[in-house]
Amino acid sequence: MQRTIPLTICLVAGLVMIVQFFIPHPVSVGLYSVSNNWMRIIASFALVLGAGSLIIHHTIRLQRRQKGWPYSIVTLVGLAVAAVLGLGWGLRTGRPEDIIYRNIQVPLGAAMFSILAFYMASASYRAFRARNKEATILLIAAFVVMLGSVPIGTTIWTKIPIISEWVLTVPNMAAKRAIGFGIALGSIATALKIILGIERGWLGGEK
Amino acid sequence: MNLMLSLLLLAAGMVQPPGVTPVVPQQADSIGQTQGSAPTAPPAAAAIAPPTNVRAVDTPNDGGKSITITWSPSPDKDVEFYEIQRAEVPAAGVFTSLDKVVGTERSYADGNTDDAKQYKYRVVALKGAGSGYAETGAARSYPQWFNFNLLNILICTVVVSFLILYFIYHARRGKEFFIRRIAGLDAVEESVGRATEMGKPIVFISGIGSAAQPSTISAMNILGEVAKKTAQYSTALIVPNSDPVVYTIAREMVKEAHTKVGRPDTYRADNVFFLTQEQFAYAAAVDGIMVREKPATIFMLGWFAAEALILAETGATTGAIQIAGTDAIYQLPFFITACDYTLIGEELYAASAYLSRQPLLIGSLVGQDYGKLVVLIAVLLASALYLLSAARGLSGLSVVWNWFSIG
Repeated sequence: MQRTIPLTICLVAGLVMIVQFFIPHPVSVGLYSVSNNWMRIIASFALVLGAGSLIIHHTIRLQRRQKGWPYSIVTLVGLAVAAVLGLGWGLRTGRPEDIIYRNIQVPLGAAMFSILAFYMASASYRAFRARNKEATILLIAAFVVMLGSVPIGTTIWTKIPIISEWVLTVPNMAAKRAIGFGIALGSIATALKIILGIERGWLGGEK
Repeated sequence: MNLMLSLLLLAAGMVQPPGVTPVVPQQADSIGQTQGSAPTAPPAAAAIAPPTNVRAVDTPNDGGKSITITWSPSPDKDVEFYEIQRAEVPAAGVFTSLDKVVGTERSYADGNTDDAKQYKYRVVALKGAGSGYAETGAARSYPQWFNFNLLNILICTVVVSFLILYFIYHARRGKEFFIRRIAGLDAVEESVGRATEMGKPIVFISGIGSAAQPSTISAMNILGEVAKKTAQYSTALIVPNSDPVVYTIAREMVKEAHTKVGRPDTYRADNVFFLTQEQFAYAAAVDGIMVREKPATIFMLGWFAAEALILAETGATTGAIQIAGTDAIYQLPFFITACDYTLIGEELYAASAYLSRQPLLIGSLVGQDYGKLVVLIAVLLASALYLLSAARGLSGLSVVWNWFSIG
């Protein structure tokens, strides 16, 4: 019973959503909207579990004085402050929560994002070492594409931007589309396996 | 039979429902010119020939509230604009301006109609100070029960689903299928063994996707298999999550795996936890875990965005074996560059079948491969038709070619 009910709900909901995709009638659109709302409601319940997990995890780290435990204090204080300010003064523009979001969270996120530039340099170095035939082809292709994107490429040889464009739109696009076909078919197969109850990993086990 | 045909045509929006006046284009017998959206009457101005074949029909394959107006160009050359005016029926004569489109346009969709009302439209050709208009008959919008524009998707889905189900059926009857080796999945056992020997933990990152995404579902299936192995060897498995729903699934997967191998006592609830839904805050937190814990193995499986390279490069600096897999095409190059093994797109979906070796799941993989064969044939056919339709006298083939497009 513990397995049958979720599997039945999954089967019915899956089939209804497939049929809904092909029906533009407002009844069908309304059904989709209702199911989306239900997903949000369920996700909000899970968020409570998530917040609980975060608090328990960091409390245990503090109790055990695990490596890096001071960061747990920052996390727990941050969580408490954000919750109090958000619940007490709301989330609208200019409220304390919004000020913290715009002046602390957004810049911190931007700082993390900016690290990408350095990681790209190190990843490029790793990728473009001509260790074997494939890596050499990758290096040449990347070199041509990069040259084709800057004015000096045209100065060296007017055909470089054309070759660069060809690399991007022919072999590169063909590979991307091939991966895309595989992903699309894999998605259909995964959906079918879940709807029909063949794939039950999402239930927490195979039985 | 006739009834069924009528219903099909009705659903497709190719005929008007009973009670609606058929649309009859009218030629203008006077000249119309409008300003703004105020009710307009045709004033006297320099006459130009009105557009012809002006028709208003319910927009097909939609949820109602839309009427499409089509016309053939005015015989007068160089019409600058066509202005679309609307009036409710029976209050005809009070037309208000809806929009103005450039002279090369031949249709306009009025997406702001009331399905309970009927409307008439005027298409006014404008050229300098001159104008001329033609009116449509009454038309009404109504919703359809099937979107025929998606028929090609329906047929393809049915064909692929049939193939998958066919091979699952044969697998159920005991037929054995061959699946090729996937290096990244073969390395799972080795990576768990390495972590056990080194006495270091394994970090499993399931990306920032939701539980509804196939890649996240596949990641959870792999997590189940990895958790079984770590439970057997009593190796620590750390699972930081960015989605609260995924967190609850991951927790159950790991707990169940420990129970299944008879080691429920080794399950540590605080090793599977929720971090944050903020993309870069999640990346920062996971980076911190990798740097502090120095794991022997890092799995990065699921859906990733810009944080993929941040995670993969940090993981590479810790010296861990990294096994990555995603269906986010733009992140694949980063994983291929920074990780030891990368599962590309569908390989990630194949993981549960590959690791569990369950016949039914393997059957679905074979079905997928035959689906790819069908897609390959369709691509070749469509490409040939496209090339042939460019030849003289074969332009009619473009109808078949267009069938492959979505919309």
